[in-house]
Amino acid sequence: MFSLEFMRNAFVASTFIAIISGIIGVFVSARNMSFLTHTLSEIGFSGAAFGVFMSWPPLNGMLLFTMVSSVIVGQLSVKQARREASISAISSLFLGLGILFLSLSNKNASYATNILFGSIIGINHTNVIQVIELSALVLIIIAFVYRDLKFDSFDAIGAQVKGLWTNALSIIFLVLLALSVSVAAQIVGSLLIFVLLTLPAASAKYFVHTVSGMMVVAILMALVGVWGGLCLGYITNWPVSFFIASIECLFYFAALSYNRLRQ
Amino acid sequence: MTDPILRVNNLKVAFPNHRVFENLNFSLHKGEFLSVVGENGVGKTTLIRTILQQLKPAAGNVQFFPNRKAVTFGYVPQFRNIDEEYPLSIRDFISLNLSGIKLPWLSRKERQQVDQIIAQTNLQRIQNRPLGMASGGEKQKAYLAQALVEQPNLLILDESTASLDNVMKYELLDLVKHFNQVTQLSVIFVTHDLPLAQKYADNFLLLRPTSFKYGPIGELSEADVKEVSDV
Repeated sequence: MFSLEFMRNAFVASTFIAIISGIIGVFVSARNMSFLTHTLSEIGFSGAAFGVFMSWPPLNGMLLFTMVSSVIVGQLSVKQARREASISAISSLFLGLGILFLSLSNKNASYATNILFGSIIGINHTNVIQVIELSALVLIIIAFVYRDLKFDSFDAIGAQVKGLWTNALSIIFLVLLALSVSVAAQIVGSLLIFVLLTLPAASAKYFVHTVSGMMVVAILMALVGVWGGLCLGYITNWPVSFFIASIECLFYFAALSYNRLRQ
Repeated sequence: MTDPILRVNNLKVAFPNHRVFENLNFSLHKGEFLSVVGENGVGKTTLIRTILQQLKPAAGNVQFFPNRKAVTFGYVPQFRNIDEEYPLSIRDFISLNLSGIKLPWLSRKERQQVDQIIAQTNLQRIQNRPLGMASGGEKQKAYLAQALVEQPNLLILDESTASLDNVMKYELLDLVKHFNQVTQLSVIFVTHDLPLAQKYADNFLLLRPTSFKYGPIGELSEADVKEVSDV
């Protein structure tokens, strides 16, 4: 399996994606942003289609669309009550745009499938370097804002009283989320991105009760998912995304069962 | 009398088409325990938000002594977004409020600060329990510990005892009074519960729709008590 270059690339890239997803996912879970993450994945698809239409690398289109739209969504949905409606509006607009760009670029349906569901065969050395660079950027920014982001995510009222720059933190987090979505789309595809960004962290919180502990467990769950998915995909020739989604769902249901037993 | 840490001068706060209060004057001194009482809607929480600088006054001001930076706040609200699925342990929740250095991990001194406040608030036994699974009283104690972990000089309790049973109310306020007396912590306690205010406060501020009354807690008259109790 490791004699194939694309498999080696896929393992290296997926390792970084799992680390980023585990860390960002803990904040996604704490800030109740699973729906926004799902929306950003659709916007990622649209951005990739735009990239293809413009003859850019799809990742560049994804980065552009997810970052711009995440800031717009953040501004539109300051009020919790209208957050879901705003996200739905932006989501449907971008999904439509994705289909339009794909149609205008004359690419066939299999290309759309690759963007939506991921394709490990398509990952070359340059992609791996891009994934590592973007992951490093996300990690560095997280390290700088970690304390304040942690406070704001897990106790928004306390953070506000403390006088933390909560609006700026919110925008920084949305940009980090957009970066992570674009990075993770390389492996699992834009439609299944929210699997890695939401389920490991949502499962981890039932097993450990510190922020750092949740990050470690979420990273481990994401790693088992992507590594297991790659191996099973290689052996069976079935889609890797299917295995990743199944493994993460298993973790989630196991976590819920564990929680029920404990109570 | 000790030095004031804040003074409210001719304060007026108004929203569009609605004046909350005006010409409000009072001082809070170091180590003073002030109860803010009054019926619903007279502006108790608005006053707190103005002191916390979340609202701008329409007139007058809130002065801090010796300067704004010297006054640090601890704040315990009645409600927080903590549901039963909230994952952080009580210990981790308390440590969220540590902001001295911005490293991702806690320094040894910070860990000692957390240990100390956990011991002082009697939370050792349940410090690793998820906050979402704690009882109402344990949650309020955790909020208090978080507010006090960086040793502020002004603690604001905004209806913090409203959802607690009688035993827990007194246990929580005994703790607050202990910090108030031992560390000269100034306290603003917003409440509807007059017996609690009378037991623990030094002074009171009674807010009414068009006026206010401020003085030593012993001067809270029967009529005043009836006015708030009738709400």
